[in-house]
Amino acid sequence: MSELTALTLTDAVEGLRTKRFSAEEITRAHLEAMQGARTLNAFTVETPDRALEMARASDARIARGEGGPLEGAPLGVKDLFSTEGVETTAGSRILQGFKPPYESTVTANLWRDGAVMLGKLNMDEFAMGSSNETSAWGPVANPWRSRGSNASLTPGGSSGGSASAVAADLCLGATASDTGGSIRQPAAFTGTVGIKPTYGRCSRWGMVAFASSLDQAGPITRSVADAALMLRSMSGHDPKDSTSLAVETPDFTQFVGRDVRGLRVGVPREYRVDGMPAEIEQLWEQGVAWLRDAGCEIVEVSLPHTRYALPAYYIVAPAEASSNLARYDGMRFGYRAGGGTLTEVYENTRAQGFGDEVKRRILIGTYVLSAGFYDAYYLRALKVRRRIADDFDRAWETCDALLTPSTPTAAFALGDKDADPVTMYLNDVFTVPANLAGLPGISVPAGLDANGLPLGLQLVGRALDEGTLFSLAGALEQAAAFRSKPERWWS
Amino acid sequence: MTDTLIQGRTGPWEIVLGLEVHAQVASRAKLFSGAAVGFGAGPNAQVSTVDAGFPGMLPVLNRFCVEQAVKTGLGLNAQIHRTSRFDRKNYFYPDLPQGYQISQLYHPIVGEGALEVERDDGSTFTVGIERLHLEQDAGKSIHDMDPHSTYVDLNRSGTALMEIVSRPDMRSAEDAAAYVRTLRTLLRALGTCDGDMEKGNLRADVNVSVRRPGEGLGTRCEIKNVNSFRFIMQAIEYEARRQVEILEDGGKITQETRLFDPGRGETRSMRSKEEAHDYRYFPDPDLLPLVLEEAWIEEIRASLPELPAARRRRFAEQYGLTAYDAGVLTAEDERATFFERAAGARNAKLVANWTVNDLLGRLSAEDRGIAESPIAPEALGELVGLIEDGTISSKIAKTVFDKLWAGEGSAREIVEREGLVQVSDTGALEAAADKLIAANPEKAEAVKTKPQAIGWFVGQVMKETGGKANPAVVNAVLRARLGID
Repeated sequence: MSELTALTLTDAVEGLRTKRFSAEEITRAHLEAMQGARTLNAFTVETPDRALEMARASDARIARGEGGPLEGAPLGVKDLFSTEGVETTAGSRILQGFKPPYESTVTANLWRDGAVMLGKLNMDEFAMGSSNETSAWGPVANPWRSRGSNASLTPGGSSGGSASAVAADLCLGATASDTGGSIRQPAAFTGTVGIKPTYGRCSRWGMVAFASSLDQAGPITRSVADAALMLRSMSGHDPKDSTSLAVETPDFTQFVGRDVRGLRVGVPREYRVDGMPAEIEQLWEQGVAWLRDAGCEIVEVSLPHTRYALPAYYIVAPAEASSNLARYDGMRFGYRAGGGTLTEVYENTRAQGFGDEVKRRILIGTYVLSAGFYDAYYLRALKVRRRIADDFDRAWETCDALLTPSTPTAAFALGDKDADPVTMYLNDVFTVPANLAGLPGISVPAGLDANGLPLGLQLVGRALDEGTLFSLAGALEQAAAFRSKPERWWS
Repeated sequence: MTDTLIQGRTGPWEIVLGLEVHAQVASRAKLFSGAAVGFGAGPNAQVSTVDAGFPGMLPVLNRFCVEQAVKTGLGLNAQIHRTSRFDRKNYFYPDLPQGYQISQLYHPIVGEGALEVERDDGSTFTVGIERLHLEQDAGKSIHDMDPHSTYVDLNRSGTALMEIVSRPDMRSAEDAAAYVRTLRTLLRALGTCDGDMEKGNLRADVNVSVRRPGEGLGTRCEIKNVNSFRFIMQAIEYEARRQVEILEDGGKITQETRLFDPGRGETRSMRSKEEAHDYRYFPDPDLLPLVLEEAWIEEIRASLPELPAARRRRFAEQYGLTAYDAGVLTAEDERATFFERAAGARNAKLVANWTVNDLLGRLSAEDRGIAESPIAPEALGELVGLIEDGTISSKIAKTVFDKLWAGEGSAREIVEREGLVQVSDTGALEAAADKLIAANPEKAEAVKTKPQAIGWFVGQVMKETGGKANPAVVNAVLRARLGID
């Protein structure tokens, strides 16, 4: 395998700038790696022609001494982001064949800064899932396997394709999105870094909507510095998204490697959930020790409403989804089934176009918004959401960030949890609160479990304080010195 | 108000009416997409990917539409809510591409207000305004172009509407029509809606119930989408009668949504309460709460034009017009402007007469508005000026008006060219009078005992001079010659 694909994004960009290799070379190396890794099913669409065209344009800019901060860097794009003229399905049959006539703001920002698009990455259907098994295009395999086992593991979800591709060196970094943990959980399962920034930091324009008040774009990369570099390009105010924040984007890369002495790190006691594996518990303690050694002050904090976060999330998110997904009616784009009457066309299109998990959530969402149930479910969930945000606000009085495990378990086998949706939903227990409160959260690979599978630690910060998260994540990364790579079984 | 009661077989019934008027906001762009708004464009020519509900597309509120809603709210003397919200109303239909309509159920931009409505006879009544909210219009489904398919035109999809909800304060079909007429006049004066009912830019949902005078409210039926004054009245008359008949037969009114069929002049059930959609309203997570600055509201208030009610009062006071003339002349902005330009320093009552009776009469006979008048306000003013200074008589003025209408030049040119100048030359008139008296001695004698008989002599002189004689001068000359006084 080419050394070019094993570089960090930061190093690759530097190598391109100093012309140690060309954008075309590094792009070809990735296209080759993708070809050899199709068994992972990480990409739904490969765009080699466009990639080479973009790479050559990058090389021309570099030759002229021009070029953006990501010039010539080959990246993958989660299939949730609309890409002009390139099929965008969000993992759903109902969008089969849909080629948007527009480019999402986030990807447009990346191309503006010189990045090269390799293709579209597989994902859970409409980002609803924690294992990538709900994708209409089949599950993605995690490049990691339990020591001594050939069983296929999940890369997590919904950004499973992004995480798998980054972990398997198929791209230098990938866009992802996080509604309840869809960046952080797959990052934790694949030994990669994933950050969900503050809600409103990245524009949602052109991103296929799941739950509008929770969806937020972010990167999955192989290092904290890479995440800072990529997020800086993805972020920025967008007048086309009313919920986009009108704030300057800081240079996140400046925060990585910064001294963390004196920062107060909170450990929320409510995150010690029943049945959490001892390994996770130990890793968490290890993380606390690393940060203490780095000079942080460790404080115990309480987030009393944590236990209501998951139930509230599974009301708010499906409610918004049931409405957001109403537009998929077979009338104007995507998949359409036949039928004798209008209602039949609707019913057949949606019955055939949507998978079971999406249907389940549409049903839940429709139910909780129905007359007579709205107050008891939806309004109450909004109140819980407010309480959860208040919990965090109170925590910020005594600490600057929170340290928690990213997930309650390591990657599990494909097919292991798909029988019981609630077991699957429990995967998001540590990640969901940050979405409900709109706060930034980052997952950093921190070690391997007894089976040799990666585990992640999560840092959650104040709104718009990604800087502190990058500093702390950098300290964790340095202390953990996580260098492990999955054994290459797929090619 | 007893005269508005319906007489049933078993006694009198009172009609109770509340209206929801949908007024299309006068704006060049849609409420959330920035796409153009216009009537008559080719099908689906004015549709953005937001209006068509494409994946990942997001709404961005059009500030101008908000300003128009605030302006309308101020015109209705209503409370402007500093914070309002947008909600989604969810239902499936091919002309609703997003699968939901963005509206304002829970927190509308405008709260309670009131509109003073004037009836044709000049009497007034007040209609309470419950709320005004902003919402998107749907597209248009066309069912009659193909026997097997429905065609959808999304040009209207996403266009801004103001839904203005009245209290159930009207008691007759005429009052309901008068309310809509007054509201339309207000919207047009404010420039917030063009009020074009034929194009569907102003339409009403009418809530009708009946009750025994003095009793509590009855069960109501809502008649959807009625788009002319005549249809509003017909629909109410029919629906009220229908309800009275049911009640008098011992039946019960079922709350339901009904459609008015103008062809048959009747209302038909569209869907009952049981079949009603559950719209699953909830706050639109794509939009932030709409927060208005007090200073901006005041800026808008300061920019309001003179409103029809105030203008009507001013016309009556300043120009001494009758309530009727003031009402007619202020019903449309263009009429008021026309009148004031024509009046200038002239006899305003005379200008009002000519504008209302002659000009508007003729225009309406030809189904034209005052904007399409072939006679400019200054030209009509000149005509009235000629009457005022005695150059022509009112009778001759009618002839001049016809020629003005036909575009045969200015009033003065016509009068001069056709020799229509009024004869005030006493010498010529005296000669005519003497000749007449000499030829009719017995009539001249009779006038001495019956002075009102002088009218015959006046008429004869006028005839003699082809109507050009100044009647006042003729009168004076005859009185002198006949020795009256």
